[in-house]
Amino acid sequence: MISDLYLNDFVDRKALEALQLQRMQETLERVYQNVSFYRESFQRAGVKPSDLKKLSDLAKFPFTMKTDLRDHYPYGLLAVPMKDVVRIHASSGTTGKPTVVCYTRNDLELWAETVSRVFSMGGVTEQDIVLVSYGYGLFTGGLGAHYGAERLGCSVLPMGGGATEKQLLLIKDFGVTVICCTPSFFIHIMEKAEKTGFDLKKANLRVGFFGAEPWTDEMRQRIESGAGIVARDIFGLSEIIGPGVSSDCQCCAGLHVFEDHYYPEIIDPDTGEVKAPGEEGELVFTTISKTGMPLIRYRTRDISRLWYDKCGCGRTLVRMDKVKRRSDDMLIIRGVNLFPSQIESVLLSVKGTEPHYQLVVTREKAMDDLEIRVEVSPLVFSDEIRALEALRTEIQSKIKQLIGLSAKVTLVEPGQIERSTGKAKRVLDLRKK
Amino acid sequence: MKVRQLSIFLENKVGRLAGVAKILGEAGVNIRALSVADTNDFGILRLIVDDIESAEKNLREHNVVCRINNVTVVAVDNRPGGLARVLAVLNASDVNVEYMYAVAEPNSERPLMVFRFSEGERAVAALQAGGLDILAEKQLFG
Repeated sequence: MISDLYLNDFVDRKALEALQLQRMQETLERVYQNVSFYRESFQRAGVKPSDLKKLSDLAKFPFTMKTDLRDHYPYGLLAVPMKDVVRIHASSGTTGKPTVVCYTRNDLELWAETVSRVFSMGGVTEQDIVLVSYGYGLFTGGLGAHYGAERLGCSVLPMGGGATEKQLLLIKDFGVTVICCTPSFFIHIMEKAEKTGFDLKKANLRVGFFGAEPWTDEMRQRIESGAGIVARDIFGLSEIIGPGVSSDCQCCAGLHVFEDHYYPEIIDPDTGEVKAPGEEGELVFTTISKTGMPLIRYRTRDISRLWYDKCGCGRTLVRMDKVKRRSDDMLIIRGVNLFPSQIESVLLSVKGTEPHYQLVVTREKAMDDLEIRVEVSPLVFSDEIRALEALRTEIQSKIKQLIGLSAKVTLVEPGQIERSTGKAKRVLDLRKK
Repeated sequence: MKVRQLSIFLENKVGRLAGVAKILGEAGVNIRALSVADTNDFGILRLIVDDIESAEKNLREHNVVCRINNVTVVAVDNRPGGLARVLAVLNASDVNVEYMYAVAEPNSERPLMVFRFSEGERAVAALQAGGLDILAEKQLFG
């Protein structure tokens, strides 16, 4: 029944916590028995699944890091035999190795269920015509939104990304009422609509679910007033499930976490200590319903806060602050993850380039731009324009090859890039927060 | 016979060129020949100066990226066809010119062309065989 889908959104907290404890105990037991990585990790930390007697005991258990997923690539963290895995997704890797996520039938159902709860929260019903413009493929965005909308009974258009004119055609002719895509892509669609004289406010489009990249409140205003729709924030990460880990309600006072499946904690990124509600720190999730690749205390590197007070919408699910920054130096540029250290490795591989560099990230209209400023050392300085241009091109193509992004490379004089005594200020992120 | 040239990397920003000129001026260095090659973002300033060691040292102290390399200076007849003659000789020997620039003084009988060749030795041989005058460094600073 459709209404059962979101029963847990409004359930009494005591009942919710009892449910969470039971699921958490089952999950800890499951990974301890079936995943050698977790068994060894727990043993090293001197804990057993039975040590979890109350929810706060989770703090006794060790964290899981992205490097653990990479070290056990591709299937090292699988808790079921491969025959029980019915879907495999992979997200863009930072060092060329993607992050692999395996789903059982149970996991796919739970994923569809949580995404449908996101849509419900946004006022979507089976009457709606949903346009999914997230990428379909190994990326979790497209299929995640798709199965969630289908689960709710909506009429789903599996369009995928790109082809802006086609997107507008569908919105116009097919009576699309709901759209799911990245906020920057939607702004692009809005600009195209304006250029072609199509007034989005007159279309049937009513609500959009935007995520997969950070976006500001200003962008939300711009989307809502420019297109005459409600803009909702959908948060997720592939390692946990995909899109649908949390989303905001009409109160826009934080994103409700579907904590009956994804248990959140906030920790101090340096000490690992669990913080109190309302305190800022790094978001950590434990999957308590997934069976394929459960993750225990997975550190997301995203900075947020948790709020347990009752929401105006009546939901008892904890709310998290929209993520505005990360605890590490990772950048997200046009949806691609980038660590400054990757640029460093490219520069060092290019003969003679001194690793004094700076990344300047800007956003002119809707798309992010990356400029890499590299100091020219006396060693690499060739007397010929041609050679310097070749150097620039080499750096540019290596970066494109490594992370798939086209960056502008600017050669600068030495001393132009600020030196610092502590951690080098590698990144100048000029995009408005 | 090689003449040393100083090449300087400059960002395409207001004041960079002036800054370099000031450093050289204060160091007492006199410029004999000059050329600027530029792209959208940066430029290369090429100079022939009377005290190249001092120039390099002073520029390096100011964190300016520069390097010394060799160029060939050829005397050209000061009349129409003077340049064409030099280039014809080079063409005939299939010598590649990386870049070139002129040092022209209005009253000089023989203006000078500064050449950077990819194969300097072969170029010099070809020019001399063609009856052209190659100048040594000390000849530039009478």
